[in-house]
Amino acid sequence: MNNTTICSSASLESAKKLVVLIESGDEAAAFDILEELSAIRESSLFQDLGKLTRDLHNTINGFQLDSKISSMTEHDIPDAKERLNYVISMTESAANKTLTSIEASMPISDELQQRVEKLYVSWGRFRKRDMAVDEFRTLNNEIDEFFKWLMENIPNLHSNLSDIMMAQGFQDLTGQIIRRVITLVQEVEESLVGLIRITGQKKTQSSQPQEHDRKEVYLSGPVVPGIDKGDVVSGQDDVDDLLSSLGF
Amino acid sequence: MKILVVDDFSTMRRIIKNLLRDLGFNNTQEADDGLTALPKLQAGDFDFLVTDWNMPGMQGIDLLKAVRADAKLSKLPVLMVTAEAKKEQIIEAAQAGVNGYIVKPFTAATLKEKIDKIFERIEASKG
Repeated sequence: MNNTTICSSASLESAKKLVVLIESGDEAAAFDILEELSAIRESSLFQDLGKLTRDLHNTINGFQLDSKISSMTEHDIPDAKERLNYVISMTESAANKTLTSIEASMPISDELQQRVEKLYVSWGRFRKRDMAVDEFRTLNNEIDEFFKWLMENIPNLHSNLSDIMMAQGFQDLTGQIIRRVITLVQEVEESLVGLIRITGQKKTQSSQPQEHDRKEVYLSGPVVPGIDKGDVVSGQDDVDDLLSSLGF
Repeated sequence: MKILVVDDFSTMRRIIKNLLRDLGFNNTQEADDGLTALPKLQAGDFDFLVTDWNMPGMQGIDLLKAVRADAKLSKLPVLMVTAEAKKEQIIEAAQAGVNGYIVKPFTAATLKEKIDKIFERIEASKG
C-alpha cells in the first residue's frame, strides 16, 4: 500500500499481467490483479483525503488563533495599556505622598535640632552654676515651651513617617498589575508563534493554543479605574457594607 | 500575642509588621504564601493570622480553608488584606470563615479598626 499513484511502474506491470491473464482466460487471477489495482487507487484517495482534512484542521486552528489575536488587540492590549498607565499614576502618587510627608517632616526635625542646641547651651551654663536667677526663669519657660512643642509635633512626625510607610504599598499593587501584563505579553507571544507555525504549514504535534491559567481570570487583582467595573467593591466602606449585609 | 503575616510581596509584609508594631503587637512572623504559612501555623502557637489572597503556591483563600479544616487551628482569627475586590470573592471569604476583610490600598486606621473589632468579638463570645 505504499504506492500512492496509479501511474507507476508497479501499476503498469500489473496492468500488463492483467492483459496476459485475460487473454489466457485465467479469470480468478485476473480478478486478483484488478483487486490489487483498485487497492492502489483507494489508498491514494485516502491519502488525498487525509491531506485535505489536515489542511482544514489547520485552517480552523488558524481562525481560532486569528480571533484570539484579534480579541487581544481589540480588548486585552488597550486594557494592558490602561493598567500600565495606572501603574504610572500609582507610582507617581506614591512618590508625591512620600515627598510631601518628607517636606512636612524636615522642618520639624530642623527645628528640633535648633531648639535642642540652644537649650543644651543654657542647660550647660545652669549646671555650671553660671546663670542669673532671671536667666534661669527664662530657661525654665523655654524648657516648658519646648515640651509643649514636642507634644504637638512628635505625633505629626510619627504620622508623616506612617504616611511614608503606607505609600510604599504601591509596590505590591503595581507588582500585581505588572504581573498580569507580563502574562498577557506571554499569551500574545504564544499566539503569534502558533500563527506562524500554521501559516508556515509546518506539521506540529499540537498547535492548539494553550488554555491559559483560569486562576488569573478569577483573581482580578487590584481594581484599575476605567477597566474594572461592575461586580467589584469601590473601597473599604463597600466591603464593610457587603459583609454586614451578610450578617457579618 | 503572636501574629503570622502572609503576603508574597515583602514590602507589604514589612508595612503590615510595622503597623502591627505601632498597635503594640511586637511578636510577628512572616510567610510568603500559604504553603510556607501552614506548617508555621501548625508548628507554632499563633494567636492571629493576617493573609493576602493572591499568592503563588497556595492562595490565601485556600490557606483560610485549610486553617478552618484543621482541628488545632480552626478557631484562629484570620484577617484578609488583599487587592481582590470582587463581591463574589468577599462573599467566598466570608463563607470560608474569615474574621475580617480589608481591601488594598488600606489605611493604618482601617487595620486598627478591623483588628479591634475582631478581638472585641472574640472577647464577647468568650462571655
